[in-house]
Amino acid sequence: MSSIRIEDNIDGFLGTNKYEVDEESAHIELTDELPDEEFDKLIRVCPGALYRRDEEGRKTFDYAGCLECGTCRIACGDTIIAKWENPQPTMGVEYRYG
Amino acid sequence: MADFDAIVVGAGCAGSVAAYELAKAGKSVLLVERGNYAGAKNMTGGRIYSHSLKKVFPYFEEEAPLERRIVRERISLLAPDANTTVDFTSDEMFKEGQDSYSVLRGPFDQWLASKAEEAGAEAVYGIAVESLMKDDSGKVCGVRAAGDEITADIVLLCDGVNSLLTEEAVGFKRPGPHTMAVGIKQVIKLPASVITDHVLTASDDEGAAWLFAGDATHGHIGGGFMYTNRDSISLGLVATISDLMANASTPIYQMLEDFKRHPAVAPLIRGGEVVEHSGHMVPEGGLNMMPKMVSDGVLLAGESAMMCVNLGYQVRGMDYAIAAGQIAGIEAARALDKGDTSEAALSGYVNALEDSFVMKDLRQFSRFPHFMESTTRIFNEYPLLARDVMNRMFICDGSPVPPMRKSIMPMIKNVGILNIAKDARGGLKAL
Repeated sequence: MSSIRIEDNIDGFLGTNKYEVDEESAHIELTDELPDEEFDKLIRVCPGALYRRDEEGRKTFDYAGCLECGTCRIACGDTIIAKWENPQPTMGVEYRYG
Repeated sequence: MADFDAIVVGAGCAGSVAAYELAKAGKSVLLVERGNYAGAKNMTGGRIYSHSLKKVFPYFEEEAPLERRIVRERISLLAPDANTTVDFTSDEMFKEGQDSYSVLRGPFDQWLASKAEEAGAEAVYGIAVESLMKDDSGKVCGVRAAGDEITADIVLLCDGVNSLLTEEAVGFKRPGPHTMAVGIKQVIKLPASVITDHVLTASDDEGAAWLFAGDATHGHIGGGFMYTNRDSISLGLVATISDLMANASTPIYQMLEDFKRHPAVAPLIRGGEVVEHSGHMVPEGGLNMMPKMVSDGVLLAGESAMMCVNLGYQVRGMDYAIAAGQIAGIEAARALDKGDTSEAALSGYVNALEDSFVMKDLRQFSRFPHFMESTTRIFNEYPLLARDVMNRMFICDGSPVPPMRKSIMPMIKNVGILNIAKDARGGLKAL
């Protein structure tokens, strides 16, 4: 089981961002098998906290809040990131400050 | 006959400046940006050193959306329970060509792209280049975007650190996690006068840059940063992905929340409101990770070519991107004039880049990424050593004071005199 310390929920901060979420298709897809060790890497590196475990320890991933940095592609592009594309044009995050 | 002389992919620092130079040289240019406006997908720490921008736009100070001129530099060794800071200001920071400014890429990139458009470049936004077109000989001859095929005699890839096109352009493989860092940032709104008071500058036009090593990343390779914008603060972290993903006890976003609560940082942002939370990668591997810069019909400029230097006390990317964009635009126009955009003909770009500060700096600092990665004492032992020495100097409790050498030597011996000498020597050699 993961021993990664998480005290803060940053959903409120993500909520300040402007997004156009593509409900039709996910621009990032994971493999079916998600070994703990690889998934924990994504929990540690994703600045948008998209990779999580819920209270029961189930792994979840939600591309909707993606910051489009590509870090997960660098960390796990050879392992559990099965697909990494940019969101469709006009979709995804839109930085107003940047 | 191609649809355009040149297609520029990405309206960031490199792309917009390249498009501007090409248009100025009378070439037909299409600037393709996947965001709904220039900067929509971009993020910086950040501060731009103005020298290369000044060469392209001599009057940029009058029109560019600059936040504050940076007139205070702070660098800190952050311990969990203490902070040791060097605070530096100098008249040199005010001199033309040596000045630097905090910027936000949303407004800044839109201004830069508008300069390219005013010069005659055609810009399209909200359109992503899906792949490159190649002719029978393998020469890049255009792009596929939004279901269309658009041809050009040369394609300039300025699509940033996470380019998905450089592999098919020049065979650049996805960089390894030890060569890349993840950046996380929040923009925190505060009244301009409060920011000015916090960082002790003379007016709301002037601000500070502040970098932190140590507890900002809980001892991991990387650091914290703070830049003052006009009425907001850019606060964030950068951490090398390989170290973070394998060893961190807490995620990068939790590190940022911890950093915001550190007594050295919390007063700066007190009362502020987070208005944006962003992420972006930083290519940190330097020269050794750089791709081939040209191939038949295509060239790379800016972060798609990994043009970035992070020295811990100085982080540069935008000034390189602007210089490389300018050189790319000028040399691409020259190749177009000759009617030859083959890889051999584009050696003019490579040579001009090598002659410029861009490649000279990247060569100069080519050993630094390895030094940084292998000298983890910077992020752990040294912030604590600085704390202990400072405590010895400044704390007074009425007990008899031992001689300085007796109290400080054990602290230094604890880290190891040889280790300190080795790190100092290594750092000097790599710089």
